[in-house]
Amino acid sequence: MTLAARPIEARPLMRRLAIAWEPYLYSAPTVILIVTVMLVPLVVGISYAFRDIQLLNPFSGGYVGLAHFRELWQDQAFFEALRNTVWWTGASVALQFFFGLILALLLNVPFAGRGLVQALVFLPWAVPSFLAGLNWAWLFNPVVGPLPHWLFALGILSSPENILSDPNLAMWGPIAANVWWGIPFFAITMLAAMQAIPADLYEAAAIDGAGPLQRFGSITLPFLAPTIAITVLLRTVWIANFADLIVVMTGGGPADRTQILASYIFTQAFKRLDFGYASAVSLVLLVLLLIYSLLIVALRQTVLNRS
Amino acid sequence: MRNFRLIGTVAHRLALLVYIAVALFPLYWLLKIAVTPDKLLYTEGVRLWPSHITWSHFRFVIENSDFPIFFRNSVIVSGSTAVVVTALSSLSGYALSRFSFRFKFWLVGLMLVTQMFPLVMLVAPIFKLLSPLGLTNSLTGLVIVYTAFNLPFATFLMQSFFDGIPKDLEEAAMIDGASQFTAFREIILPLTLPGIAATLGFVFTAAWSELLFALMLISGNDAATFPVGLLGFVSKFAVDFGQMMAAGVLALIPACIFFLLIQRYLVQGLTAGAVKG
Amino acid sequence: MASIDIAGITKNFGNIEVLHGIDLDIEDGEFIVLVGPSGCGKSTLLRMIAGLEEVSSGDITIAGRRVNDLAPRDRDIAMVFQSYALYPHMNVAGNMSYSLRLRRTAKDRIAQAVSGAAGKLGLEPLLDRRPKALSGGQRQRVAMGRAIVRQPKAFLFDEPLSNLDARLREQMRAEIKRLHAELGATSIYVTHDQIEAMTLADRIVAMQGGVVQQVGTPLDLYDRPANLFVAGFIGSPGMNFLPGRYDAAPGPAVILADGARIALPLDPGLAPGAEVTLGIRPEHVALGESGGMEAGVDLIEPTGLGIILHLSLQGVGLKAFTADRGVLNSGPSIRVSLPSAHLHLFDSAGNRVALR
Repeated sequence: MTLAARPIEARPLMRRLAIAWEPYLYSAPTVILIVTVMLVPLVVGISYAFRDIQLLNPFSGGYVGLAHFRELWQDQAFFEALRNTVWWTGASVALQFFFGLILALLLNVPFAGRGLVQALVFLPWAVPSFLAGLNWAWLFNPVVGPLPHWLFALGILSSPENILSDPNLAMWGPIAANVWWGIPFFAITMLAAMQAIPADLYEAAAIDGAGPLQRFGSITLPFLAPTIAITVLLRTVWIANFADLIVVMTGGGPADRTQILASYIFTQAFKRLDFGYASAVSLVLLVLLLIYSLLIVALRQTVLNRS
Repeated sequence: MRNFRLIGTVAHRLALLVYIAVALFPLYWLLKIAVTPDKLLYTEGVRLWPSHITWSHFRFVIENSDFPIFFRNSVIVSGSTAVVVTALSSLSGYALSRFSFRFKFWLVGLMLVTQMFPLVMLVAPIFKLLSPLGLTNSLTGLVIVYTAFNLPFATFLMQSFFDGIPKDLEEAAMIDGASQFTAFREIILPLTLPGIAATLGFVFTAAWSELLFALMLISGNDAATFPVGLLGFVSKFAVDFGQMMAAGVLALIPACIFFLLIQRYLVQGLTAGAVKG
Repeated sequence: MASIDIAGITKNFGNIEVLHGIDLDIEDGEFIVLVGPSGCGKSTLLRMIAGLEEVSSGDITIAGRRVNDLAPRDRDIAMVFQSYALYPHMNVAGNMSYSLRLRRTAKDRIAQAVSGAAGKLGLEPLLDRRPKALSGGQRQRVAMGRAIVRQPKAFLFDEPLSNLDARLREQMRAEIKRLHAELGATSIYVTHDQIEAMTLADRIVAMQGGVVQQVGTPLDLYDRPANLFVAGFIGSPGMNFLPGRYDAAPGPAVILADGARIALPLDPGLAPGAEVTLGIRPEHVALGESGGMEAGVDLIEPTGLGIILHLSLQGVGLKAFTADRGVLNSGPSIRVSLPSAHLHLFDSAGNRVALR
C-alpha cells in the first residue's frame, strides 16, 4: 500500500505569507475588540477631560482647555478623595497581603482534606463584588447584623451602632469587605509561587541546620519576592480603581468620608452627569497610577541590579 | 520535640479553622437572615440560628419580583461572555505562547496597560460608541463590553496553560500531517481543558459580578442583570431584609457552583497568568 | 523511500549564524547519523529537513523535489522525538494512526497498518493504553510505531534513546538497526552519543560549530579522523594527543615536549620544526615492554572488558587500554611505547596528515 502525501504544488510565496500572517490571524479578534472597546474609548475619554461634556445638555461638547483642571485644583472634595484613596488602597493591600501570605503558608503544608479547605477559604473570591458589599453592609447594620453587637461587647465600640454611618470609622467597613474578598487572590498567587520552589532547597537548608523561621527568611521570601512585587503592584492599581464596594456600601458618605477617586468619578459622571469633569479626575488618577507603577518598576530594577 | 510538633499541628489546624470561619461567616449570615421569619428578625437579631425557619422570602422573590428576569439576563450575559472570551483568548493565548512576531511586544504592552486605567473613565465614551449602534440597553452590548474587558487577563491565563504544554506535541502532529491550526485544535486544545475550565469560570464570575457598566449601559428592568436588579431591589424593598437576602443567596448560587467546579484548575493556572497579567 | 540532498544550507537565528553552509547527499535507503557535541547544529539541521525550522539559505531536496517552502505535513517524512511527543489524550493505537486519519485513509487500511507496525514492535497488548500507563521503553516503541505506520519517504530521529537507561538504550539500538535492515528506509539520526553513531550508521556526519567536520563510514572516522575534533570525539576512551615538533633527520619523527623522539612510519612532507600533534588511541599504547618510555601510573580503572590506565608521560596525560589484567599489579610506573603503525598526526591547524 502506498500512502503518498497529498499532491500539493509548492507555492513559496503563499506559504511565506501564510507563515507570516498566522500569529496575526490568531490574535486579530482579541486585538480588534480591545482596541475598539478599550483603547479608542480611552483616547476619547482623555479628550473629554478637555471638553465640556454633560450628558443631558445638548449644547455642551465644546473645548474648554484646562478649565476642568483649574476647577479640580480648587476642589476640596477632590483632595479629600485623593487622601481617602491612599488610605483605602494602602490599608486594603497591606491587610490582604498579610493575611493572604499567612493563608498561603498554612495551605502549603500537606494535610488531609486540603482540597476541601482550599475550596472553602477561597470561596469569598467567587462572591460577586456588589454582593460582597451588600453582605458586609448588612453585617455592619445593627438591625440585622451581629458585628456592631460583638464589637460593642468587646469594648471596641461604645454603643452597638452602624460604623458605616460614623464619619470617623466608616472607611473600615469597605476595607473589611475588601480584605475579606481579596485575601484569596493573594493566597492563590503566593501558594502557586510557593509550590514552584524546589523542595530539595528546604531539605538542604534543614540539613544545614536552618530552623523553620530561617528557612522562611532565607528561601521562601527571596523566592516569593518577584511574585510579591508584581502582585502588590497590580493589586494596588486595581484596588485604587475599584469603586464597587464603596458605591454599594456607603455611596461615598457619610460626609464624603469614604469617597475615593474612583467612586468620586462615578458620582460626578452618573449623579451630576458631568462627564467632562469626571474624565479630568480619571486622567489625574491614571497619571498618578502610572507614576506609581513606574516608580515601583524602577525600584525593583535597582534592587535587582544591586543583588 | 514530639510535643512541639503536636502543638504546631494543632495551631496550624486552628488557624485554618479561623480562616474558614471568617470566609464562610458572612455567607452563612446571608442565608440565616434569608430563612428567618420576619417576626423573629428583630427579636432574634444576633442569634446564630433562628428558632423557626421559613422559605417564604425565597418564594416571594421568585414569584412576585422581576428576579427571574434578572437571573435569566445575567445567565445569558455571563454565559455568552465566558464562552466568547474563552474561545478568543485561547486563540490569542496560543499566538503569544507559540509564535514570535513583531507585533507581540506591542500586544502584550497594550494588554498590560488596559489593566491599569480606571474603567470608570471608559463609561461615557463607550456609551457614546454603543448608543448609535443600538447596543445600549441591550444584552449584546454588555457581552461585547465584558468580552473586551476580560480578554487581556484571559489571554495571559490561557498563555500560561499553553506554555505548560511541550512544543514537541504540535511539531509531531505537523509532521504527522496536520496544519498548525489542526494541531492546535486536535492536539493542544484537548490538553488545555483545565485551562479552558479555569478561564470559563473566571470570566463567568467576573461578568456575573460586574456592576458599573451594567448600571450605566442598562436602564429599565428588561435588560438589567443581577447586580443592577439587586441594587434596585435594595432600594425598593429597603425594609424587607429577608427578601433582600433571599435574592442575595440566589445571586450567589451560580457563581459559587461555578467556582467550586473550577477552583482546582484556577489555582493551578493562575500562577503565571496572575503574575504576568 | 527517497534520497535527500542538502546543498549549501545555512541557518541564522537573529544575527547569529548557527549553520555555515552544510552540503550532504544522502542515498536512498541509507542510515545517516549526525553526531557532535550539544550546540553543534545537528538538531537544527534535522529540524530544517523536517520543516520545523525555516531554511535561511541553500536547498533541501527530498526525492528530487525542493522542499524548502513545503510545510512539514507535505514533506512525507516521519520523526521520532527525544521526548517521544506522544499525544497524551490518545491511546497507543490512536497515536499510531493519527497520521493516517489526517490523510483520511480507509479504516480497514488503518487497522491493517497499525497492527502491522504493532506486530513489528511487540506493541499488540498495549494498543488500548494511554501513554501515561506505559514505561519509558514502551513509549519509545510507540514513537517508533507512529513513524513506521506511514511508510514515509524518510525517518528522522532526534536523540530518540537519550531518555532511556543504559540497558534499554542498548536494546532499542539493536532494534532500530534491525528495523532499518527490514524496512530499508532512508534514515537520519541525530545523537551526541558516539557509540550509537558507530553502531547504527552507514555513514556518520561529524559536526561541530555548525560545520561538517567529516563524513564517512564509522570505521573511516575511527581509523582516519580528518581532524583533532573527530579524532577526539569518536572512540571511548578518547584518543591521546601529545604536542610536539616535527623533525626530518635522521628519519621522520616527532620530538615531544620532554625531548623524547617518536619515529613516524613515513615522511609526511612537513617542514622541520613545524608544530604538530601526535595522536594514538588508548588500545594502541603498548605497555610493559622493555625499551619505550617511563610513565607514572596515576589511576587504574577496571571496566571488566579491559583496564583503563591513566598515565603521565613527562607531565602529559596519557590513557592506555588493555585486556591484560597483569597491569593491575603494576607498580607506580610502567614502560610504554607508541607503535608507529598506529600513530595519527595532525598539523598545527589540527588537520590530519596522512601516515599510511
